[in-house]
Amino acid sequence: MSDQAASTFDRALADIRATARAHHLATMFGWQDIAHRYRRSRVGAFWVTLNMSVTIGALGLIFGTLFRVPITQFLPYICISLIFWTFISSCINEGCTSFTDSEGMILQVRIPLFVHVLRTIYRNGIVLAHNLLILPLVLLAVGRLPDWHAVFAIPGVLLMAINALWMMLILSVVCVRYRDLTHIVQNFLQVTFYLTPLMWMPQTLPEGPYRFILDFNPLYHLMMLVRAPLFGDFPTSANWMVSILLAVAGWTIALHVYGRYRHRIPYWL
Amino acid sequence: MASIRLSNVSVEFPVFNAVTRSLKNRLLSAATGGIIDRRWDGHVIVRGLQDVTLSLGEGERLGLVGHNGAGKTTLLRVLSGIYYPTQGTSQIDGECVSLINMSLGIDPEATGRENIKLRAAIMGIPAQELSERIDEIAEFSGLGDFLDMPFRTYSSGMQLRLAFSTSTAIRPEILVLDEWLSTGDESFKDKSNRRLQEIVNSTKILILASHSKDLLLANCSRIVWMEHGRVRMDGPAAEVALAYFGG
Repeated sequence: MSDQAASTFDRALADIRATARAHHLATMFGWQDIAHRYRRSRVGAFWVTLNMSVTIGALGLIFGTLFRVPITQFLPYICISLIFWTFISSCINEGCTSFTDSEGMILQVRIPLFVHVLRTIYRNGIVLAHNLLILPLVLLAVGRLPDWHAVFAIPGVLLMAINALWMMLILSVVCVRYRDLTHIVQNFLQVTFYLTPLMWMPQTLPEGPYRFILDFNPLYHLMMLVRAPLFGDFPTSANWMVSILLAVAGWTIALHVYGRYRHRIPYWL
Repeated sequence: MASIRLSNVSVEFPVFNAVTRSLKNRLLSAATGGIIDRRWDGHVIVRGLQDVTLSLGEGERLGLVGHNGAGKTTLLRVLSGIYYPTQGTSQIDGECVSLINMSLGIDPEATGRENIKLRAAIMGIPAQELSERIDEIAEFSGLGDFLDMPFRTYSSGMQLRLAFSTSTAIRPEILVLDEWLSTGDESFKDKSNRRLQEIVNSTKILILASHSKDLLLANCSRIVWMEHGRVRMDGPAAEVALAYFGG
């Protein structure tokens, strides 16, 4: 049994090591995906930035007014929340179709399959980079410049990406086999969007049993890793602990699943 | 040393009800003639290959014949390391390139030059090697200034020229071909035929699936005849060709 477990891990790791060598394919096609999407438009990929600005502006005004939070406080809050939520949720969403979208390539050339998952996260990393341009503008506009704590947002983003990656890896494999799952994940993310304090602030949640929707929401902890430092705070040790444990446990499962079913994927396409 | 060793390889495609639509295409194109069966757990499966044992050494020139759905494409995919056998083992040593779909990876909105890079990356040509060879590829395509135009503005002949020029820039150890790829107008046809012949001659192992007797006899020393996912006959090219195509 332990032999078998070791060999599934080896198989998954071998594929991932091979991906490291074919890494340029992932970056190249990640760029290509973005270039393709905006090829004939004048502002190109900056449509990403523009769209996000409009959403942030509109939601900031509407919900800031509804919740009676001063705009100087609410606008940067919703800006950070939406930018990073977009990153993690589109990673997970598009992760479901990483393999199905690359069917043609998978069935024709032998390249490590993890390349396709990596391509998806790169693509979303590029979108994230475009969206991040909004952040300094918003912060400047409301006069809330981040202090040195902001540096800690960098390991935060990395840990967020590491966590996103294992979720994508599992989902990409399972969604090839069970196509319905893609839609279930979409719905699930939609619900999570409202359950996670993104549009609303955690302090508005009444004390008591309701707090569990924060404590047991891994996406909340991941979000806090990035949001707290940008607001001049440290993420709590619980935020870190949950995120790190999640990464370790998640990757263990992901490698197992991937190693076990890697060879089946072309047959399921 | 390039070599391929398949022992008792079987390939089974599961057919899940929920995905019948997408799989239907597959079945029609690749496995018609395979054997439809029901597995122990009730899933419908199609046996694409059954108990295929094949070993290819350096210098081998293998032809593959068989009616539609006999399992040629499936076998090509096993030989190029895309499908892992569901039963049996396959061992493939050597870098393998299949020229089945030359246009894979091409983005119609990108320029010809960008597409050369995309296509080359998929083929596994390292970026450094490509930068040394891109001019040669560009020249071979004969597209001149059109290389800086979007691919979609090309005529279909020009599109094929670009795809062909890039795809054949590689010198793989193992080459998998599904039919001979000659393309273009008369002048390009000669040039492309010569180029393809060059690759075919320089590759260490050639696997060529074809319906053309002359082509097979000209390029292959050995032919495998596939039928219903099994090897029906495996032997010297002339002998198998005689049996398969008739006198």
